Order: sequence, then C-alpha cells, then structure tokens
Amino acid sequence: MRIAFLADIHANFEALTACLADIASQKVDRLVFLGDVVGYGADPKACLDIVREKCGTGALVVRGNHDEAMGISAFKASDVAAKALAWTQTRLSADDRAWLANIPMEINEGNLLFVHASAARSATFPYIHGLRDAGESLTATKAFVTLVGHVHDPALYHISATGKVMGFIPIVNTGIPLSPQRRWLAVMGAVGQPRDGNPAAAYGILDTKTNEIFYNRVPYDVEGAAAKIRAAGLPDILWQRLSAGR
Amino acid sequence: MAKVHLDEGSVIDGFTIGKRVHKGGMAVFYEVSHPDHAIPMLMKVPMLNEGEDPAAIVGFEMEQMILPKLSGRHVPRFIAAGDFAVQPYLVYERIPGETLYKRIENLPMAIEDAAAIGAKVATALNDLHRQNVIHLDIKPSNIIIRAGSGEIVLIDYGLSRHLHLPDLMAEEFRLPYGTAPYMAPEQVYGIRNEPRSDLFALGCMLYFFVTGRRPFGDPQSLKGLKKRLWWDPTPPRALNKNVPPWLQEIILRCLAPNPDHRYPTAAQLAFDLSHPDQVALSPRAEKLKRDKWSERVKRRYHPNTYIPVPRRDRGEESNLSAAPIVAVAIDLQESHADLRAALFTTVQRVMSTVPDARLACLNVMKTNLISMDQTVDEDGRSIHVQKLVQLKDWARPLGLPQDRLSYHVLEATDAGASILDYVRANHVDHVVLGARTDSRLRNILGSVSIEIVQKAPCTVTVVRKPRDYAGEIAAAVPVAGDVKL
Repeated sequence: MRIAFLADIHANFEALTACLADIASQKVDRLVFLGDVVGYGADPKACLDIVREKCGTGALVVRGNHDEAMGISAFKASDVAAKALAWTQTRLSADDRAWLANIPMEINEGNLLFVHASAARSATFPYIHGLRDAGESLTATKAFVTLVGHVHDPALYHISATGKVMGFIPIVNTGIPLSPQRRWLAVMGAVGQPRDGNPAAAYGILDTKTNEIFYNRVPYDVEGAAAKIRAAGLPDILWQRLSAGR
Repeated sequence: MAKVHLDEGSVIDGFTIGKRVHKGGMAVFYEVSHPDHAIPMLMKVPMLNEGEDPAAIVGFEMEQMILPKLSGRHVPRFIAAGDFAVQPYLVYERIPGETLYKRIENLPMAIEDAAAIGAKVATALNDLHRQNVIHLDIKPSNIIIRAGSGEIVLIDYGLSRHLHLPDLMAEEFRLPYGTAPYMAPEQVYGIRNEPRSDLFALGCMLYFFVTGRRPFGDPQSLKGLKKRLWWDPTPPRALNKNVPPWLQEIILRCLAPNPDHRYPTAAQLAFDLSHPDQVALSPRAEKLKRDKWSERVKRRYHPNTYIPVPRRDRGEESNLSAAPIVAVAIDLQESHADLRAALFTTVQRVMSTVPDARLACLNVMKTNLISMDQTVDEDGRSIHVQKLVQLKDWARPLGLPQDRLSYHVLEATDAGASILDYVRANHVDHVVLGARTDSRLRNILGSVSIEIVQKAPCTVTVVRKPRDYAGEIAAAVPVAGDVKL
C-alpha cells in the first residue's frame, strides 16, 4: 500500500490542491493528514472542507495544536499564531470547530503510528529539533515507522537495535529504503508553510510493500496564497515567510 | 531463527540453494537458481550470530539498501533480498571471471597491464560515483574482471555510502571501517562522504601492482593508520625502475593525504591512465627517495599539516559536476577570426566558472583512405607535431595550469565520428565546437556540429560567430510603407 502524508496544511489552499494534484499522479491508496489543517493561512474553510470530504472516503487525520485551538478561546500561543487562530475561528462554523477539536491525537495502524508532534507526550505537542527529541519519540513507541509533522522541516531519524539514534536530512524524490532492522521517525515537511528554505509544498509517500519512503516537493502559487493572507489582514510575517520558505 | 549454513537443495523464497562457493569473514556465499531468473546467481548470507561484530549486521543492512539502487555494467545486478526477521540474504548476479586478488601472486605486473587495469577500475568508479555511491573498500578482492568483456565489476557494498541515503554505518563508528592497506586517511577519521577516498585506494592498489609492496604496509592500530597523513611512501620508481615517471606521478597524486590534491574525479584519473603522454609531470614524477626523516617528523608535528575534515555538502550536488571533462574541437584552418575568437571566449567562460574542469583540445587531422597518408609536409616536418604545436598555441592564452589541459590530434577520415569516439571513450561531459561558417562547404561535407549534437552522450555547445545585426536588418523582408532604417 502507498500512503501519502500531508502535514501542516495551515489553511493554504493553493499548496494543498497542488499536493493533491501531484498525489493523484502517484498511485496512492490512502491519505493521512498529520495535523494542523488550519491556522496561519487564509483559506481555513476551503482546506477543512477538502480534508473532511477525504476523511469521509477513507482518509485519516490526527490532531494538531492549531486544530485543537479551534475548540478553546484563550490560546497558549505566540502573538502571531494567536491572532491567526482568533481570525480562523471567525471563518469556521461551530460544527467545523468542534470537528477539528475532536480529531484523535494519534492513530496506530499495524506497525505504523501517525501523530502530529511526537510519540512522546503527544498531547503537549513537543517539537522534534534534533537527536534528543527524536530519541524520546522513538523510545516512546514500538511502531516500526512513526510519521509526524509540526516542525515544518523534513527529517528522518532512526534507532538501531542497540539504541543508537541517528538523523538524516532527506533528499527530494529519492526512495529511501527503511531497513526493518531498526525503527524510524519520519518528520514530514509542511504542505502549507515550509521552513527549510525551499518554498515548495512538502509531502511524503510511504510504500508499505517495499518499505520505501519518499519526501516530495511540489511548487505551487506562493504569490496567490500570500496575497490572500495579506488581504485578510493577518500579520505580515505570515505571508512574507511563504516565499522565503522560512 | 535465521540460519547461516543452508543445505544444498533446500529452497528459500523460490531460490534453490546450490553449492557453497565461499565463506568470508562476515558472510557465506551460495550458488542459487530460480525458475524466474535465468542468469547465474549468488546468495550472500550474513553471519549474524551472537558475538559477531555489529558492523557485520549494519554492513549487510547497508548493502541491502544500496545494491538495489545501483545499475550498469560495473555492478552486479541485484535480484532479491530476504526479510531480516525470517532469513536475511541478498541474491545478485554471479559475475563470471576472477578477482584481481589472483593477480597479487605474480607481482610486480607489467606496467601496461597495471595502467590498463587502473583505467578500467577508474572508469567503473566513475560510473559508481555518478550514482552517488562511494565504495570505500576498493581492494583487489572486491574487483572482478568480467570474463569475456574484460570489464571491471565492483562487488561488496557492505562499507559503502550512498550520499542520498542515511548512513547506518556512521552510528557504529568506533574504529574506522575499511581495509587497512587501502584506506584513505579521511576514512581513518571516520569521514564517509568523500568520493576521492576511492581514488586513494586505487592509488594504493596501483602502487602494490607495480612494486609488489603496499605503500603503507598493513597497520593494525589507529595510530599506524594515521601515519599515512605525514609518512610518505617510498617512490615506486625506487622499487621498480620500470615504473615510468608518468605512472609514478599518477600514483603519488592518488596517494595525496588531502583529497583536494588528488584527481578531482575518477574520470580525470581514467583519462590520465589512458593518455600517458598527456600526464602533467611534477617533480614527484622523478623522485627516487622518500622525504628526509627530519621533514617527515616536522610534518607530523607541524600545526599546518592536513587533518581530514568532513565535507560540508550534503551530497545533492555531486562533486562530479564540479569537475567535468570539457573537450573543444578546434578547426586550425578556421579563417573567420570572429568565430575563432567566439570559440575561445566560450571555452574561457566554461573553464573559469568550473575551477576543477579539465580541458581536452582536439583537432581532427583528415587522412585519406585511398592515397598514402601524408604525415610529413614538403619540408619534412611532421604534420602531427605541427598541429600539436598549434593547439598549444591556441590554448596558451587561457592560462590554465598544465594538469588541467591536454592536446589530441585525432587522425581520421570522418571528423564527426572521430570526435564522438573520443567523447565516448574519455567520459567527456561537455563538447564545445564551432559551426562551420562556409555554407557551401557545409552542404558538401555535411555538418559535423549537427552530427555531434545529435549523437554525443553529453552536453554540446555549438558556437557561432557574433551576430551581424546590420546584415540581419538589411536582409529582412521589407515592410510595407516607408520605414527608415
């Protein structure tokens, strides 16, 4: 089975539709959304409609911190994020907000684990910034592959039978074989707000038959998405960072 | 539980186990057959029992990752891999032929044989490096001469590194992995992303082949391995007077402690091994003694002595593209000064933007099939030599160092075909040539540039003389109405 993973859409309709169009050409059997469907971007409703529709036909979604924030009124978030969250709430119906806030935290399927931030303390949404964070997640689960988003910066970590944790920055469009002799933590880049210096939307595909993982990039209409954020009156940094990919 | 010793006649995943052919330090090899695969095959079964070196397991994991990614004539074809949890194994094409290990019984070998083998191994390495894989264990027993074609096949990828895949070996790093006599100094320091480590190993092998001695012996300690950073080996010519200066130059360049001082690519090394007369000789070509004892000791303790540092690049940009072989076809009879200048300027631009590029200046000397070849002119001078002199004169203003330049007069009846042969045989990455200006001549002879553009396996730049704007405007179809020019 080939599973596509889309993390951190962040209400970026242009990026989401570009990724879905790319996925349509990739013989993918299933979609998994790794959280943060909304927040930051200007199209929360349109993106959520797509995600809800896909979930009605077999796609899976796990809860991101921005999704969870749709169900609360006081945010523990940075000023920019809080402004965007408050604005996002005004664009969504009560039903949409409740749906987002009640997405499951994590999903275990066979030897795979899908979770937004980390397998360790998933409810507190910790960031995986390096080997220590990765090691915490890798030792908190028995899953062969854990797939996460949240940091917006693609990476691939692995732990050996002897407990050694190593990291790797994946190269685009190269099938990376995941050796069954160890366990893996795949951090997907962001669909809607990449921060690794490449503005193209990021998503991944895992082939569970060959145990290969692909980190893909899809160029999209960055200027169009940025113009909408600007027009919505959201903080400038939110549209400026899209073209820089930072 | 996985087994290491398989019974002849038993079947695993459709593969019928045949004879045990070899038992190495880390794996056992069996002949196997399969109804879906008609070619001769080997099954490699790792020894993963308790107490075995964990590197054996990781090495096998690495080989399972890398081998399926490789293709081409210089690697064994991957067939299948077994599930680690059930029975780990690798099945790949069994290469008919012998390893170079057989050759070390009769050393030193003839200079021509060593150079020819060296050029073939460098060609195979170039093919491997182009696929973003560094072998890191180049030694006679990992090199097979394919029976029949005589081509080189590189085997055993247990210590290799694929620059686009995670390096599982890095985590097991306590002692450097490699084979002591052939290991590059940076490998001793745990650096596993330097393609030129393979050139160092090939240099060690060539040294061994022509002298019968390994340049750095077979040290068993880390301290002994590090010695190759400051301890220079006895020059090959001191051990075998038949070693020509050009081959000593090549070998010692491969053995430079700093990879930046070796050949930039395996293709450039293959080039020199195939063109002895074009090797730029430095004082080390003639050296007959090692550096003085005091100099070696000084090197050892001097703070400026090179210590390997990891390459910073992540490997997406293969360093091969930074060191291409560029060939320029020069028409020495070209009468249009404009075209001559344009060709020169284009080559100058290419060479100045790529600091490690190497330039081969080609001229095709037409030979006549019917009449006797005219190889000397009326004054008795060799035309071949004259042309070489002219090529050197053409290239001189480029100001390139000698080791980035070579000159070749190709004698042929068909200019296009001979340039194409040259390009294919010498791993040329980029051809630059002028478009024939005389359209009358082009109509009669056909266009060499078009033939090369169509058939060359690499980038081709066709240079024209600068545009004649005034002429273009004058020749344009007149526009209705009174247009003033």
